Amino acid sequence: MSNHAHSESLELRVQFDTAEQQRDASTLGMWLFLVTEVMFFGGMFAAYTVYRNLYPEVFAICSSSLNAVLGAVNTCVLLLSSFTMVMAVRAGQLGQQKAIIWFLILTLLFGGIFLGVKAVEWKEKFDEHHIPGQAAFHLEGLQQADQGHAQLFFSLYFAMTGLHALHMVIGAGILLGLILHAKQGRYSASYYTPVDVAGLYWHFVDVIWIFLFPLLYLIDRHLGK
Amino acid sequence: MSAPHSETHVDSVGTYVKVLLALMFCTVLTTWVAYIDLGAFSTVIALSIASVKMLLVAMFFMHVRHSSKLTKLVVVGALMWLGILLVLTMTDFVTRNM
Amino acid sequence: MDTAVAQERENYLNASHGLKSWLLTKDHKRIGLLYLFTITLFFFIGGAFATLIRIELLSPQGNMVSSETYNKLFTMHAVAMIFFFMIPSIPAVLGNFFLPIMIGARDLAFPKLNLLSWYLLVIGGAFSLFAMIAGGVDTGWTFYTPYSTTYSNSWVIATALGIFIAGFSSILTGLNFIVTVHRMRAPGMTWFRMPLFVWANYATSLIQVLGTPVLAVTIVLLFVERVFQLGIFDPARGGDPVLFQHLFWFYSHPAVYIMVLPGMGVISEIISTFSRKTVFGYAFIAFSSVAIAVLGFLVWGHHMFVSGQSLYASMVFSFLSYFVAIPSAIKVFNWTATLYKGSISYQTPMLYAFGFIGLFTIGGLTGLFLAALGMDIHVTDTYFVVAHFHYIMVGGTMMAYLGGMHFWWPKMTGRMYPEGWAKLSSLVIFLGFNLTFFPQFILGYLGMPRRYHLYPAEFQVLNVMSTAGASILAVGYAMPMIYFIWSLKYGKVAPMNPWGATGLEWRTASPPPVHNFEQTPIVTHEAYDYTSVPAEEIEVV
Repeated sequence: MSNHAHSESLELRVQFDTAEQQRDASTLGMWLFLVTEVMFFGGMFAAYTVYRNLYPEVFAICSSSLNAVLGAVNTCVLLLSSFTMVMAVRAGQLGQQKAIIWFLILTLLFGGIFLGVKAVEWKEKFDEHHIPGQAAFHLEGLQQADQGHAQLFFSLYFAMTGLHALHMVIGAGILLGLILHAKQGRYSASYYTPVDVAGLYWHFVDVIWIFLFPLLYLIDRHLGK
Repeated sequence: MSAPHSETHVDSVGTYVKVLLALMFCTVLTTWVAYIDLGAFSTVIALSIASVKMLLVAMFFMHVRHSSKLTKLVVVGALMWLGILLVLTMTDFVTRNM
Repeated sequence: MDTAVAQERENYLNASHGLKSWLLTKDHKRIGLLYLFTITLFFFIGGAFATLIRIELLSPQGNMVSSETYNKLFTMHAVAMIFFFMIPSIPAVLGNFFLPIMIGARDLAFPKLNLLSWYLLVIGGAFSLFAMIAGGVDTGWTFYTPYSTTYSNSWVIATALGIFIAGFSSILTGLNFIVTVHRMRAPGMTWFRMPLFVWANYATSLIQVLGTPVLAVTIVLLFVERVFQLGIFDPARGGDPVLFQHLFWFYSHPAVYIMVLPGMGVISEIISTFSRKTVFGYAFIAFSSVAIAVLGFLVWGHHMFVSGQSLYASMVFSFLSYFVAIPSAIKVFNWTATLYKGSISYQTPMLYAFGFIGLFTIGGLTGLFLAALGMDIHVTDTYFVVAHFHYIMVGGTMMAYLGGMHFWWPKMTGRMYPEGWAKLSSLVIFLGFNLTFFPQFILGYLGMPRRYHLYPAEFQVLNVMSTAGASILAVGYAMPMIYFIWSLKYGKVAPMNPWGATGLEWRTASPPPVHNFEQTPIVTHEAYDYTSVPAEEIEVV
């Protein structure tokens, strides 16, 4: 207990009485932040629900124009990054400083791969003229009257995957900061709250993708066959 | 100060590996099942699988399993409010032509 | 208490000096004051637009400004007043200052985040101010599509961005308050010993955390549609502008409770203190705050009865809207019951509290008229609606805000304000307010639409009355501004507990020390237990 006291007092901020109170506050703060994120993405899920309900056939055809296999592989990459993230937290719990660094680096790497694949997919959309708002927009296999509805799908596609990617980029920035601090040896079994809390954020971003993947990539795939 | 601090639970690596494998299996499953014609059930199944994956991530990776009642309440609250947004918005759109 | 000693004692104001010590402060009390300066600025900007609107409406011909300019005036009046004054007013100023003290904490849970919240409000405010100076925005504060995405040539994006950024200020403040209430309470400060002001701010924070992100994403979708031509709400591509309204009001109806709930918290404190009685039905008032926060999320469609929303949905929203009246009425009845056989003193904060109860009741009851489908369609977009929400926001929130400012001014600054002037200003404001807005109920019922600068000549008398009232109101608002500043130098030095109140904030010095208490208080009494106040501490002024 007494050897803990030293490291705790280093990080204990003045408004708190105990390290435990400080950690509980940080964790609750992050969970509440995630609530705000649920509602933030919720607005887009609401828009998606409304339009998919209004134009189910067009949405199915648009969905089939996305690369489902690539999407599935990318989902697995992201899940892998969540796994390495929780392993970093576990290393924090056990006070394994080296392991924290390596698992964070792996997480960052998988996150980077995910974003790279995403970028390739977006570029494909540009090449195929599937960018809403452009005069050249045209989705094969749809009548002229339905092209507008297809633009709705792709507007949602870009808004949702774009904001998800933005969250990934922010997450990557946080990971970088954590890696630097971990290298300075700041984290130990008695103080690893930043890793823990960043982990919550990273997993949350993963959960959003878990829903985006079937909603965007996998609508009535059998129609395309 | 109020909530009693729960001890830190350290899950085994094996647990996390199993969860990861389950998540990957679910990903393959949802992709495969999307190519089968199940009518309206396609969406139900896709969302059910996604919900299972969400539960796995939340319970194990986000440690909700070991968390306080307050954390669980926060999670349930967030999902409820998302539900309010979706359901009340849809009350309008599904009854437009009634 | 010896004046010289009181002035030499270190407190949060004299602990450090210089602009930097304020701009980089993490002290919730100083941040509260930073908010006070910021929102006061926006109050006067919004007030200036209101003045121009009222002057224009003196004559029915609309001969002072063009209709485009008029559109900009009412839009910018609302943007400044709602997003940069009302929403942050009580929570960010009084809540920031007093919530930690009232639960016996040294600060909020996240002081740096608190400072960041203030900077976000300032940056958001700067964007909106830029838009106002550069040429203004004319969409109405509701930014309805497709006008805002496709047709308006005004500064929609800068304004919306400003609101987006300020929204995060609101979200982070709410988050900070919730964590603070859960994790930072002093020993013995159980949930049911918390002052009702803390309960009210807690409920408000729930709305800020659950609602504001939806406004944020709505603005993002508006932004990508206007800038990148994504077509989320575009009817030309099969999009539905009514969806925008759903998302907008999902936040903006609960936002009304962000504005009024903290005010109700202030009123609970004042009513109890100045009738020297425990609040009647403490638990009912506490839970009714949470109930309002929850029910407030179920009624947004009543803003959309004529939007093309389905009749079925309108009936559901109309039905649900009535439920909000229950917790609101619980509060009003419990305050009234608190007064019964109380030892009432008619000091300034109490006068504002009386004003609040009366005006909020009128505002709330006319809200019930508007929740009724048939009645609403008759008065949609008329001055009846304008009068209704000004009774809630100005008659309710503004009264509570000023009541709270007077109540806590001695604690915040260590000085008393001049009681005579303060009483006079509260009367001037009450009279000016009613003369401004009551005629608008009649105008609206007779059919004068809102958001037009031309109107039929027969409405002129009532409009002139309204403008006359507004000028009285302006004088009423200028008075506290002047005597508050005056009191900083010339006011009597405030004792620790000038009102004989029970809250923890009255058990520390005026102004409080940097970490609020010399030692962490241990709470052994219920809130509003007047037997717990040591007689020697009370120096009633």
